[in-house]
Amino acid sequence: MNNNNSEFEPKIVAFVCNWCTYAGADLTGTSRLKYATNVKIVRFPCTGRIDFMLLLKAFAQGADGVIVSGCHPNDCHYTSGNFHARRRWITFRGLLDFMGIDVSRIQYSWVSAAEGAKWADIVNTTVANIRELGPYTEYQKVADYLDKEDYNG
Amino acid sequence: MDKLREKAAALLADGTVTMVLGYEEGTNKPRPLFCHTAEQASKLVYSSQCINNLAVYLTKKEIMGAGKVAIIATIPTLRSILQLSVENQLNEDNLVVITVTDKDEVKQFANFAEIEAYIADFQLKLDGKEQEIITKLEGMSREERFKFWMEEMSHCFKCYACRAACPLCYCTKCIVEENRPQWINPWAAPLANMEWQINRAMHMAGRCTGCGACGDACPVGIPIHLLTRKMMEDLAPEFGFTPGQPSKNGNALSTWKADDKENFIR
Repeated sequence: MNNNNSEFEPKIVAFVCNWCTYAGADLTGTSRLKYATNVKIVRFPCTGRIDFMLLLKAFAQGADGVIVSGCHPNDCHYTSGNFHARRRWITFRGLLDFMGIDVSRIQYSWVSAAEGAKWADIVNTTVANIRELGPYTEYQKVADYLDKEDYNG
Repeated sequence: MDKLREKAAALLADGTVTMVLGYEEGTNKPRPLFCHTAEQASKLVYSSQCINNLAVYLTKKEIMGAGKVAIIATIPTLRSILQLSVENQLNEDNLVVITVTDKDEVKQFANFAEIEAYIADFQLKLDGKEQEIITKLEGMSREERFKFWMEEMSHCFKCYACRAACPLCYCTKCIVEENRPQWINPWAAPLANMEWQINRAMHMAGRCTGCGACGDACPVGIPIHLLTRKMMEDLAPEFGFTPGQPSKNGNALSTWKADDKENFIR
């Protein structure tokens, strides 16, 4: 699976909140900090809006890793969206692990609008981590089941 | 059993209730019985074989509109009734809850608080066989667990019996019927099956009372009740709940604490 690591470019989808991490990622750019280009950022009003199904859909559509990021606790624009999100991720993570889905491919983080450097670091370390793990073919094979008739488990 | 029949017949005869939900003799095991007259009450049975969770009917519109009903509840059913009550799905005035105690006595509950006190004596336990599967899964590597679940899920043909059997799956529009967007593909393919079960388990997070009705209902025997069950047991210490007892301060995902513990968010 990992034979072509040198050629493998991970696809990463980042689900971020509008008020902190998106602004933080913006700051990374305006601060001229360089970071890996493997990440595609999707902007949401709040981490509380990030449905767990979106993460599963990202993997099914070929993402090798996912970043979920929002405001630090107590900094939520809507007061408690990130607290609700945190509970959801605690719950979701346990379930995914019990079902054998690779939770190490999901990076959760709190990045405020002032933490441009932290955002660059999160993206770079996640990309390095996913590069190590290789493509998430295990999940994609399941997702492509109807396209491939030779699927044998 | 005679006492139970007498009680049900009396409730129906004096017009206290219009219907008694109970069990009658079935082919292999007792099956649900909807008793409308005192004569029908003679068909009622009660034993440890009664495994259908009758609480599932309480949120059906046919029964909610039927006036006052009585339900003959087993311990798991009582747990479900309590959870439904904290979710404001039941009208205390329109429900008579009856159970048969260990000493074969018929007990009628005056209110939900009394059910709660009664239930507290019964510890929620996993069957040996189920505990065995959980222990086996916990000992596996992640890849093996994934393989195990994909193998199990490959049998699923999306009959949604798990949804129909669960007393707490009472949404009038389920996410699988949602098609704008189509969150979960309706066909029975491994990914769609898995996504459905993940959704079911997430929607049950902190609400499941561990009755096992979903697993019993599965016609191909996928141990899906383990998903909700495992979550129930994992979440209880995390968020300070007692497994099998409803949390009055809101469900796991509808509430939060500023000091919820996690160690995976950077």
